[in-house]
Amino acid sequence: MISDARLSQDGLPPAGQGQILLIACGALAREILALKAANNWSHLDLHCLPAILHNHPDRIIPALREAVAKHGADYHDIFVVYADCGTGGLLQAACDDMGLRMVAGPHCYAFFEGVDAFAARDEITAFYLTDFLVRQFDAFVWEPLGLHKHPALRDMYFGNYEKLVYQAQTDDPALTEKAQDCAARLGLAFERRLTGYGDLATALASVTAPPPPSA
Amino acid sequence: MADQDDDIILSELSDEDLVAQMYDDLYDGMKEEIEEGVNILIARGWTPYRVLTEALVGGMTIVGHDFRDGILFVPEVLLAANAMKGGMFILKPLLIATGAPRVGKMVIGTVKGDIHDIGKNLVGMMMEGAGFEVIDLGINNSVESYMGALEAEQPDILGMSALLTTTMPYMKVVIDTLVEKGVRDDYIVLVGGAPLNEEFGRAIGADAYCRDAAVAVETAKTLVARKHNQGAVHA
Repeated sequence: MISDARLSQDGLPPAGQGQILLIACGALAREILALKAANNWSHLDLHCLPAILHNHPDRIIPALREAVAKHGADYHDIFVVYADCGTGGLLQAACDDMGLRMVAGPHCYAFFEGVDAFAARDEITAFYLTDFLVRQFDAFVWEPLGLHKHPALRDMYFGNYEKLVYQAQTDDPALTEKAQDCAARLGLAFERRLTGYGDLATALASVTAPPPPSA
Repeated sequence: MADQDDDIILSELSDEDLVAQMYDDLYDGMKEEIEEGVNILIARGWTPYRVLTEALVGGMTIVGHDFRDGILFVPEVLLAANAMKGGMFILKPLLIATGAPRVGKMVIGTVKGDIHDIGKNLVGMMMEGAGFEVIDLGINNSVESYMGALEAEQPDILGMSALLTTTMPYMKVVIDTLVEKGVRDDYIVLVGGAPLNEEFGRAIGADAYCRDAAVAVETAKTLVARKHNQGAVHA
């Protein structure tokens, strides 16, 4: 299994097998590979962009366009495994422009929980972490916000939040314990929700294999 | 930079050197040093307005430029802002007492469903530094909250902020309400926030999208001056 550190900074190159390329956020690599293995989706190949783009939404579209230009000709189709992810609708517009489909919803927190269910909760004072973000909390939250050097900034960032919601894709007591620690460090109440893969599984199931070429 | 400053005694510096040192201290987020510098300049007979514009805003402008150019990042800007806030706390009552010039008035708030206020707070502080009176509505503001404040305060500018893709469309709800009530042209509407862009600002009918606090201040000054000029022409 590729390391989280590599997924964060480098992403994951395609294996070169399968007719449809998934271009995904590196933070979803383990979940997508787990779904692919569980469902025998051999028609899908996975290429992840660096997960750290999560913190820089303005860099997602250029990276996506570059990946499409580089690998598009090698596959029958491409499916983009990003939601809007802070691009303010520009990622959807870019996908429309390139004729690509993508996952519906504002971000992975919504599709892991189910986009409709997430919206219905309407909880504006919750800060979300997934399995990946719990494992990479320091690299994606604590250090980029400068809290390792300036802990006094914590309440400027998180003063309006009330709770940390850990959306667990897997039932892992060690990760739950780490998520609890993340909540304590941020000064927030803790809640765990075992979401599994949510709408991600449905979205990938919709990416069907192309018909075999006629003889 | 901080290590070199250990031996510097602010009160022994000339005005020029002290202001230069305050620029460095703002850059490094040194709140206590900024408070001390402000008090020294006031004691030397500087007007509060001059301390604000030459020492604090001048220093924060450098911070703003380096943020725009990718040299500084959000944590450093927040530390600098916190230092400036310390200076502003001393100056605010003095500015009111001395009747400092006022450029205009702004009502600002984060939109409904959104609790993120870092950008809004930075804009509010820089606008105050630029001579605007700022009425801060805080976070999670409904259209009723904005409309009530506009009616009560009669500002020149309405500022709306959002960090989330899911909450930014609410800005259009507010602007559409202004249009419905026939008061859209009474206010300059500025919008900002990480997922926004110029195209979105145009699409919802805002007067301008502001990428950061420094741009917000410059845009506000330009549009308020234009509004006042138009008022003079039509008078």
